[in-house]
Amino acid sequence: MTATEILDIQAIRADFPILNQEINGRKLVYFDNAATTQKPTSVIDTITHYYNFDNANIHRGIHTLAERATRDFEASREAIRDFLGASSIEEIIFTSGTTQGINLVASTFGRKFIKEGDEIIISGMEHHSNIVPWQMLCEERGIKLKVIPVTDLGELDMEAYVNMLSEKVKLISVNHVSNSLGTINPVKKIIELAHAVGAKVLIDGAQATSHLNIDVQALDADFYTFSAHKLYGPTGIGVLYGKKEILNAMPPYMGGGEMIKEVTFEKTTYNELPYKFEAGTPNIADVVALKTALEYIALHGKENIAAHEDMLLQYATEQLSEIEGLRIIGQAKEKVSVVSFVMDGIHHQDIGVLLDNQGVAVRTGHHCTQPLMQRFNILGTTRASFAVYNTTEEIDKLVAGLHKVKKMLS
Amino acid sequence: MTINETQDEIIEEFELFDDWADKYEYIIDLGKKLKGLPEEQKTEENIIKGCQSRVWLNAHQEGEKLFFEADSEAIIVKGLVNMLIRVLSGHTPKDISEADLYFIDKIGMSSHLAQTRSNGLASMVKQMKNYAIAYTP
Ligand SMILES: Cc1ncc(COP(=O)(O)O)c(C=O)c1O
Repeated sequence: MTATEILDIQAIRADFPILNQEINGRKLVYFDNAATTQKPTSVIDTITHYYNFDNANIHRGIHTLAERATRDFEASREAIRDFLGASSIEEIIFTSGTTQGINLVASTFGRKFIKEGDEIIISGMEHHSNIVPWQMLCEERGIKLKVIPVTDLGELDMEAYVNMLSEKVKLISVNHVSNSLGTINPVKKIIELAHAVGAKVLIDGAQATSHLNIDVQALDADFYTFSAHKLYGPTGIGVLYGKKEILNAMPPYMGGGEMIKEVTFEKTTYNELPYKFEAGTPNIADVVALKTALEYIALHGKENIAAHEDMLLQYATEQLSEIEGLRIIGQAKEKVSVVSFVMDGIHHQDIGVLLDNQGVAVRTGHHCTQPLMQRFNILGTTRASFAVYNTTEEIDKLVAGLHKVKKMLS
Repeated sequence: MTINETQDEIIEEFELFDDWADKYEYIIDLGKKLKGLPEEQKTEENIIKGCQSRVWLNAHQEGEKLFFEADSEAIIVKGLVNMLIRVLSGHTPKDISEADLYFIDKIGMSSHLAQTRSNGLASMVKQMKNYAIAYTP
C-alpha cells in the first residue's frame, strides 16, 4: 500500500475546515504551505478549549486554573523535547518563532562569545531571518560574515564551506531546508566539520520540522529553532533548542518577570533553564496547541506524511517540467515538497494573480531570500509547496492553471 | 473629458465582461499597449518600490496640466497603470490631487490596491497625487 492509501487523504482533508471553501468560484487549492500550513480542527479546538475552560497565568498561581494551565504548558514542553530528541526539557525554550530564536542566539551567545576579528558563516540560501541578525551583530562587533556559495542545482558548495573553516569561525548558522528551493542541506556533516574547528552551529529548522524526522542529539546540533505555524500549529509560537551547557553559559535575552529568581535594586539573580530565557507571560494557549499539532503529525506518522509529500513532489516536478518555457529553480538531489519555478517572459506576480483567480494559492516573489534570487539572476519565483492534505488532482489544477496563464499572456 | 467622465467610461467598458478571464485579458492588453518608459528613465529616483514588482513613474508639466508616464515589470500592473494614466494624466494638479478614484473598486480591481498585494500600485496612486501637490501653483 502506498503512503497516500494508508493516510486516507480525503479524511485528512476533512480535518482542515479551511480547505473546504471556494475562492473566486473555484475550490481552493492551497499550495502556500511553506509560508504557513493550515490548522486541523484538533488544534483549533485546543485553543478554544483553553480559553473556555483553563485560562490562567502560569507557574506562580496556586489556584486550580493556574495549575491546569501550567500543567498543559509544561506538558507541551515535554512533547517538544520528545519531538526533537532533546535530552532535557531545560533545553526547550519557547519563543515567538524561528526569527526570535535566531535573534536570541545572536543577542546572547553572539554578544558574549563572538569578538572582533572572529567569523560567522551563513549560507547563500538563507531566509532574511537568518541573515539580518548576523549582519547586525557583525556590524556592531567588527565580526566577519562569510557565506557558503550555492551551486547551480541549488545545493551548498560543501568544498567551499570546508575551505572557509578555521579557528576564527565561532558560529555557523544555516537552514536545514531551504524555503525557496526545498533543498535539504547536509546539516549533520556541516555540524561535524564545524565542531572539528571548535565552532558552534545553529540550525534554522523552520522548513524541516514538518517534513523530516529531527533528532538534535544525533545531529549534535548546538541550537535548533523552528516555528509552530509551519507544522500545522498556531502562529506566534516557536521553539529554540540549545545544548544545556551552552544555554547555561549564555546571558539572558530579555529581562522581566518569570526569568528571575530574586530581584532587589542592588542585584537580580536569574531563574534556571529554560525560564531564564522566557521573560514575561508567554503565549500559553498556542504553546498548548502546539502539542496538539505534534500529536496530529504523530497520529498519521511522519514517515507516511513524508512519503505522500515525496510522491506529490515527484508528480509536480514531472508535470511542471512538461510545460514549455517553465524552468524549475532548485534541483537538489535531496528536496522536500517545494517546487519553485520561473516562466519565460512572464513576471511571477502575473502568474500569482491569474492563479488566484483560478482558486490556486501559491507564493510569488523572493520568498525573503533576496541574495539567493540574485545568485540565480532572477527577480523572484512562483513557489508551490505541498502538505499532507494536498493531492495530485490539485497539482493537475495548478498545471491547467499555468497553461491558462500562458495562453492569456501570449 | 473630466476625470470622472473617464472613470465612468472605464466602468462602462468593464460592464461588458462577465468572466474574470475576459476582464484580465483586457487588462493584459492594456498593459501591452502602455508605451512604458525608456530604460534611462527607469531610475532609482522614479521607482516605486513594491515587494513583488517594480513600478516606475515620471511626471512632466505642459502649461497648466500634468502628464504621467509609467512602466512596470508585471503586465497586469502595467494594465492597471495604463488606466490610472488615462484617468489622471492631462489634468490640472488641483484636479488630480482632489480626484476620488472610484473606478478601481467599481471594476472589481480594488484588491490590487490592497497593501497585501505589495505591487506598488497603491504607492503609485499616492505618488501621482504627491506629484500633483508638488506641482500645484
Ligand atoms: C527557512 C526559514 N527561516 C526562517 C523563517 C522565519 O520564520 P518565522 O517568520 O515564523 O519566524 C522562515 C519562514 O518563512 C523560513 O522559511
